[in-house]
Amino acid sequence: MHIFKNTNYDFLRWRWHAIALSWVIIIVGVLAIAKNGIPKGVEFAGGTVVINEFDQAVSVQQVREALDRNFPQGGQNVVVQAYGDPSQHQVMIRVPSIGAEQGASLSIVAQQANDALKKSNLGNFRTVSTEIVGPTVGRELTTKAVLATVLSLVGILAYLAFRFQFSFGVGAVVATIHDLLITLAFLAFFRYDMTLNVIAALLTMTGYSTNDTIVIFDRIRENLRSMRRDSLNHVINVSVNQTLGRTVIVSGTALLTALALFFFGGEVLHGFAFTMVVGIITGTYSSVFIAAAIVSLWRGTGPTRAGAHAPTPPSAPAVAVQPPRRQKPQRKVRAS
Amino acid sequence: MQNLRWKVITILIVFIVFSAVGVYPILASWKGLPAPGWLKEKQLKLGLDLKGGVHLVLRVQTDDALRLETETESERLREELKTRNIPFTSITAVSPTQFKVEGIPPAQDSAFRQAANEVSASFDRSSGVNGTYTFTMRPNIQVNLRDEAVVQARQTIERRVNELGVTEPQIAQQGAGGDQILVQLPGVADVERAKSIIGSPGLLELKIVERVAASKEELMVNGRVPEGMEIVPGTSTAGDTGNLYYLVKKVAAVTGRDLRNARPSLDENNRPAVSFTLNSEGGRKFGKVSGENIGRQLAIILDGRVQSAPTLESRITTEGRISGSFTQEEVQNLSLILRSGALPASLTYLEERTIGPSLGADSIRSGVLASVVGLLLVVAFMLVYYKLSGVNAVVALIFNLVILLGLMAYVGAVMTLPGIAGFVLTMGIGVDSNVLIFERIKEEMEAQRGVRASINAGFARVFWTLVDTHLAALISCAFLFQFGTGPIRGFAVTLTIGLISNLFTSIFVSKTLFEMVLSRRQQVATLSI
Repeated sequence: MHIFKNTNYDFLRWRWHAIALSWVIIIVGVLAIAKNGIPKGVEFAGGTVVINEFDQAVSVQQVREALDRNFPQGGQNVVVQAYGDPSQHQVMIRVPSIGAEQGASLSIVAQQANDALKKSNLGNFRTVSTEIVGPTVGRELTTKAVLATVLSLVGILAYLAFRFQFSFGVGAVVATIHDLLITLAFLAFFRYDMTLNVIAALLTMTGYSTNDTIVIFDRIRENLRSMRRDSLNHVINVSVNQTLGRTVIVSGTALLTALALFFFGGEVLHGFAFTMVVGIITGTYSSVFIAAAIVSLWRGTGPTRAGAHAPTPPSAPAVAVQPPRRQKPQRKVRAS
Repeated sequence: MQNLRWKVITILIVFIVFSAVGVYPILASWKGLPAPGWLKEKQLKLGLDLKGGVHLVLRVQTDDALRLETETESERLREELKTRNIPFTSITAVSPTQFKVEGIPPAQDSAFRQAANEVSASFDRSSGVNGTYTFTMRPNIQVNLRDEAVVQARQTIERRVNELGVTEPQIAQQGAGGDQILVQLPGVADVERAKSIIGSPGLLELKIVERVAASKEELMVNGRVPEGMEIVPGTSTAGDTGNLYYLVKKVAAVTGRDLRNARPSLDENNRPAVSFTLNSEGGRKFGKVSGENIGRQLAIILDGRVQSAPTLESRITTEGRISGSFTQEEVQNLSLILRSGALPASLTYLEERTIGPSLGADSIRSGVLASVVGLLLVVAFMLVYYKLSGVNAVVALIFNLVILLGLMAYVGAVMTLPGIAGFVLTMGIGVDSNVLIFERIKEEMEAQRGVRASINAGFARVFWTLVDTHLAALISCAFLFQFGTGPIRGFAVTLTIGLISNLFTSIFVSKTLFEMVLSRRQQVATLSI
């Protein structure tokens, strides 16, 4: 079976459309973030989250009213949500404040919320999970998350610059930053909380999106050797077409598993799975439409061989694209 | 052929070993099958988010340790000046790392310097006007003391947690300043008790009482606490010490450091109390002090509050008792705390998470469901799209998952909920390598090469691509591991091990399977791919 047999799409012709479309999504996302901010999970924002499981069904409205009546910190800032499987009658209560960090009194706010529920006679309930995070931890975590994302991008850039050429590294990193921004835009748009799990998904997604890009780049590098008289843009187009089947199939299987997580993975993994779903789609899109286009823009067009008719590309000669040790397996294959 | 046989044997051994370590113990505990103890010990460990338990992050207030050192040094200097008959107006601590001596007469200046040199070697001295001297703790000593305080606090918490009888607790230092301590207690349900035991300072001091009064003011001389003394409140709940204040010497006769043991007991009125035994050093000191002060009151001070103040009737050496209005449970906790030693500094709680076992079980259930659905979807797709070669990919995928579970169990990695997500993603992204190879083989076959040549070319050409993609992914995993705590670390570990085993299965296992199929046939014209 073949989904893409001998395709010959001119992907680079659409690069400006693609770049424009990406900018539109990113700008909408930035505006959404600017207007509402990125909703932060409790581990970043600090605060108290209590999940209670009731014996019988209670509505979010009942819990909210109970808190408004009897909870000293009640009011607008308190978030009440149904949690998990509806048959379990679980309710999540999130309060932005915590007890004092001094001594063992961190959990006072959580106790007060539970006392308020007890007073309102909503029936028996058990606390299945409490999460209390002080502002110090949140601040440190935010710095670490940003640092980890930036460093992992720098690491990927360095590795690709070492294995390929600087322009390829730039292409991959621009594509990855693009994916991060688009995913953030979607997260902001669908109001997902920024949690540790979402950060983990974002970092995984960067690795995944680079994977896709590397496969295409590898093919470009290989084709640059055999198609020396063709223009860089032609080589790029041929390479993207040749790898198109693989790109789509792999995104398909990755998407299948991400969707399995989204629908069956449970409440805790919801944000994670959503990020992965968006990340896989935008990662595939950017590998095909953005990454190679950036390489082409960075190096200019024209024949790939130095010393041909067109002016030399701004970066190092294309011969250096290929590290010498790749010759070996190549020859062996031909001999077999 | 010889070569192929060895490859197959290697693969089978790897499969059997990793199934035994990674998969069998899980099945055994699930279905109640017999498994040897050493294998059970190796069983894949579950993280706190799946098992349920308490996760605490505490900060050690290292300033406390510095303050204590500064106070001790200033008291030693005070004693030294008294024995040498050098007059002074006052010695006061001005900050956690500084104390000031005032009113040294100019004539005694050199004598003072000599005394100071002998006593406070860890402080820098600077002189001001009118015989004023400021002592500042040396920066390297400050750093050492802070480090020591955190390490001691961690060790104390470890002892307390061990006494609590928690299985597989995790206690580690973390945080940017290195002054945070992470405590994970799997399976602990009584959070409040765990917290109060971990965070209790546990500082026991025995001090001779100078005076007792109903208010602080009565104990002061000219509105100031007398030099070298301090006022300690009694516990408000206790009958005989309620609302009383005690003027005691600042330096304790004996502290909890000289304690050898503490255990629950009863006092003379059959109320719960804690009996303690001092070690020989403490016994000697206590004997001297109690012998000299017969007829006076001895304050038994716990964490800055006088629990009881019995009158010394005879010389006491090693045995003592703390009585107050304790409940049976308080007495149990208190003995535990005293046995494990005092914390060198107070602790503040930065983070507290409790995960109930039912929530953890829900997470496992949905994680397993997502894994099974993901696996079925990927397997179905591969079989439909690649037909018989799809079987090859599925075998490689199952190998991948078995090795992943086995390696995680073997190295003692912890499976967390994000780790399960990593496991599911490993399936989806792991078949990537196979797809890459298969698509290449298809291309080679379209270029009218033979089946064998196409397969060889497919694997050879894709090899470096695979190395590149895996290394790039490992780079992001490394940062994820560095950044993450608990669950996220579990995710990074799962992903990393999945990537490494994927390289092995997609290249070595998958290729060997092709070779096995081809070796059965002499002429190969078609390949089901």
